[in-house]
Amino acid sequence: MAKVAVTGNSAVANALRQVNPDVCAAYPITPATDLMQQFSSYVSDGKVDTELVLVESEHSAMSACIGAAAGGGRVSTATSSQGLALMWEMLHIASGMSLPIIMPVVNRALSAPLNIHGDHSDAMYSRDTGWIQLWSENAQEAYDNTIMAYRIAEHKDIRLPIMVNMDGFIISHSIETMEYLEDDKVKNFVGKFERVNPLLDLENPKSFGPLILTDYYHEYKRLQHEIMGRVKGVVNSVTDEYAKLSGRQYGLFDSYRLEDAEVGIVVLGSAAGTTKDVIDEYRDKGIKAGLLRPRLFRPFPFGEVADALKHLKAVAVLDRADSFGSYGPVFMEISSALYQAGGQPKMINKIYGLGGRDYMPSQAAEVIEELNDIAQGGAIKLVKDYLGVRG
Amino acid sequence: MSLKKWNELTPGAIVLEAGSSRKFKTGSWRAQRPVWKEENCIQCLFCWMYCPDMSIKMDGEKRADFDYEYCKGCGICALECPGKKGQKAIVMEEEGK
Repeated sequence: MAKVAVTGNSAVANALRQVNPDVCAAYPITPATDLMQQFSSYVSDGKVDTELVLVESEHSAMSACIGAAAGGGRVSTATSSQGLALMWEMLHIASGMSLPIIMPVVNRALSAPLNIHGDHSDAMYSRDTGWIQLWSENAQEAYDNTIMAYRIAEHKDIRLPIMVNMDGFIISHSIETMEYLEDDKVKNFVGKFERVNPLLDLENPKSFGPLILTDYYHEYKRLQHEIMGRVKGVVNSVTDEYAKLSGRQYGLFDSYRLEDAEVGIVVLGSAAGTTKDVIDEYRDKGIKAGLLRPRLFRPFPFGEVADALKHLKAVAVLDRADSFGSYGPVFMEISSALYQAGGQPKMINKIYGLGGRDYMPSQAAEVIEELNDIAQGGAIKLVKDYLGVRG
Repeated sequence: MSLKKWNELTPGAIVLEAGSSRKFKTGSWRAQRPVWKEENCIQCLFCWMYCPDMSIKMDGEKRADFDYEYCKGCGICALECPGKKGQKAIVMEEEGK
């Protein structure tokens, strides 16, 4: 396996090249532009057989992906922020029609005010669209998750679309040292695409997208819930199989120094790396801190996450997205998980890094200090607060 | 007809049976009913061509009466009908009158 120094966008574009999907329909948007631009070079250079459809908007990109997937193709696209927002109605159609479309999402803030930098607002607003969501800590994981995403989404028991999230600029545009798998290993791992009910099977005509009213809609949504429930098991088995191939073992979430911890931080994506360093510093000072980084966010593995956190005295959930008038989206999941498990930790929610604001080690330290104080019996001042904000 | 349970449905709400739209009788949607006045009909078949459903029944090469099980009463046939000597061969009447 070759060590390379590449950006997250290059790594994911390379994963798409290695998979060689039948159809990609895409429209450029920062910071995902560079990913599809690199992939389009592979198309131009004849490195893939993919039919690249250059459409006039992200709404059209997702619509073309839906058409191609319903037709019976292996389909991918990539987007960010406003692009994902413009896809919104089609996201529900992709999942409702059971189409395994693989979409890297390079996470970025939403307008207004206009901002091109990384936060998780785009993916969080789409968490209820019926798509599977994987989240990545770095370029290596974004690459690995993209390859695994094909196996998860296309699994015969699932057949659902999937987003592979990675932080805009921090992962997409920063150069990291990482490893690529050999092309044939990726090809063998993802395997041949199995068509399920393809529209272009003219011997067996069928209809997609029928009108389903009060007599059946409720049943179809119940079925979607059931299929989502199968995802966790498939993610585990695909992840373990990938570990044998790559030597890199992931899970439903990443757990760091959590087993004997008294206080814990839950955070998605690239901020986990910074937080782990600060946790090490506090461990050296005798404070038992740990971290949980969700990898599978939809469906959310409530039971497993609660089991990993419920022994803690205090938990801080860091959200790089906000739900105005409520708590951050990750906080809501963790609160629900712990309540159902009868968990005891005191909980606080910190909104951090919106619009690409840097997440600094000093902010992680501030959170650990506050958690330690709460764990010692100190009162929670504000359940939801903002990190690194002036004022 | 007994309705299927959620765990008996095809994921993605894909309809695997060809021609099943015949089972979906949309005539009950109709608020206005087209009525064929055969004496004014020149058999131009504009109604047959323009009908967005397939609600103009044919008898060989000639137009027959409406298929009221599917006709939604959109009125396109009545609008397009050239009729004979200024008299329409299709007129819309309020349903249920």
